[in-house]
Amino acid sequence: MRNLLPILTVVATIFALWYGAAIALNAPWAKDKATRAGVELSFSELVADTWSQKKPKLPAPHQVGAEIWKTTGAMVLKGRGFSKRSLFYHSWVTFSATALGFLLGTILGTLLAIGIVYNRTMDMSVMPWVIASQTIPIIAIAPMIIVVLNAVGISGLLPKAMISMYLSFFPVVVGMVKGLRSPSAMQLDQVRTWNASAAQTFWYLRLPSSMPYLFTSLKIGIAASLVGAIVGELPTGAVAGLGARLLAGSYYGQTIQIWSALLMAAALAALMVGIIGMVQRYTLRRMGMA
Amino acid sequence: MGWLLSGLIAWIAGWSLNVWLARRPSWRVSQVAVPIIFGLTLIVVWECAVRGLGLSKVLLPAPSLIAQTFIASTGLLWRDFVQTVIKGALSGYIMGCCAAFVMAIAVDRFPFLKRGLLPVGNFAAALPIIGMAPIMVMWFGFGWESKAAVVVVMVFFPMLVNTVQGLEDTDSMQRDLMRTYAAGYWKTLFKLRLPAAMPFIFNGLKIGTTLALIGAIIAEFFGSPTLGMGFRISISVGQLAIDLVWAEIVVAALAGSAFYGGVALIEKAVTFWHPSQRGR
Repeated sequence: MRNLLPILTVVATIFALWYGAAIALNAPWAKDKATRAGVELSFSELVADTWSQKKPKLPAPHQVGAEIWKTTGAMVLKGRGFSKRSLFYHSWVTFSATALGFLLGTILGTLLAIGIVYNRTMDMSVMPWVIASQTIPIIAIAPMIIVVLNAVGISGLLPKAMISMYLSFFPVVVGMVKGLRSPSAMQLDQVRTWNASAAQTFWYLRLPSSMPYLFTSLKIGIAASLVGAIVGELPTGAVAGLGARLLAGSYYGQTIQIWSALLMAAALAALMVGIIGMVQRYTLRRMGMA
Repeated sequence: MGWLLSGLIAWIAGWSLNVWLARRPSWRVSQVAVPIIFGLTLIVVWECAVRGLGLSKVLLPAPSLIAQTFIASTGLLWRDFVQTVIKGALSGYIMGCCAAFVMAIAVDRFPFLKRGLLPVGNFAAALPIIGMAPIMVMWFGFGWESKAAVVVVMVFFPMLVNTVQGLEDTDSMQRDLMRTYAAGYWKTLFKLRLPAAMPFIFNGLKIGTTLALIGAIIAEFFGSPTLGMGFRISISVGQLAIDLVWAEIVVAALAGSAFYGGVALIEKAVTFWHPSQRGR
């Protein structure tokens, strides 16, 4: 709570800068309109205009807030919370792809990490590629995966989930390899003196001690998954999802729509990372690690 | 059938060679050779599988076809590379990292700001900032400037958070020592705290390399002049020229690895004293 006041100050500064930037960026258009109408704008009128344009260069926070409320809360009140114009619907579409891809990526990543830890050949041949692949902008493949899978007859949720899977896969592999190797030689020797089998060593020592590492990489992984799902919605002109909202907004110059989709995506990311953080705290506390 | 069989044989041969190499005591050549053999085996298996199964080149082009396309269109690929990597990613990367660095030093002077900005920066680093791309394209036009702007926003927060953390990485004993030398703020900063922060700063710089390329490529999906890697990928996918897409991906992979490798080399030269760089 010690940090609350500084954080609030920073957030307030961001909002102040945002409002100021909205004036600066939208003023040319407001002045342009005024000269064409043949009226002189006073400063307060100018400010009022820059904060209420229909297609501003930078919408003011309250405009974005109003748009978000209109497409979420207000629609829920009208009982159409899941209609195709609601941001809840688009968030759900993106979220389902993210979650599926994240799940697949975590399972595959963990399996590969186990293989790498237990098999020396795999460690030496695969691990350098896993590390190298993190330096590559993998996301460039996204449009291709969508189109190719579409050509094979797979469309809808799965192609987007594949991209999410691909992006969340690598942090999990790297984190889990580190985690499964984290027991010290002393601990490994101790389970040996207890005559533990390989499976017992895995279940009772390696897996539990990898948990802190796993959760750290899960947080990175889910944020990457969301980026993957959003980017996966861009190239094929998908009709639903936050990425599609971004693309449609940029086609028609609907800046308010772009910003509301963006803030919704940010809220979704914060929510998902927050949930994993809560699971992490609960799990680690039950395991006596935190 | 013959192709599939030879693919299987290549896989078995490559894998058993690696098993043999891995069983021997590890030395420098085997550490480099094993991953290379693995990669080559994968490419051979890919080639054999595409030919053996008669996959259409729209689905998955063979590596040989990708290599042909790559060689045939080097001029095109080079122009795309310059547009996206040099103009978009690199300029944005430099601007973003410098801005974040200056900001971090400014923030570091005020503990109040630091306590407020670090959580916000950590939060922002987890957000899908790539969504800023359409906005930047709208503000800065279709040229490389908008891509550089996206890259600036993307690399800013990881770099800021890492630098601020790095500047905290001196203990009170070291700072006290500087005080006994009567070193002022700036002298302490340059002689002690900045060098101590270098491992963290380079961590931020390395994270930024990948983000910069991703940002520049994705931003081109939202509008670009008729060149650039992201533009070429989205156009070629539409024309089902998948071999050209793969050639661009090869370029992206090479550029990404070279970018990262370059930063890692500089890091090695600057932080030679750090435990992670010693004893190799």
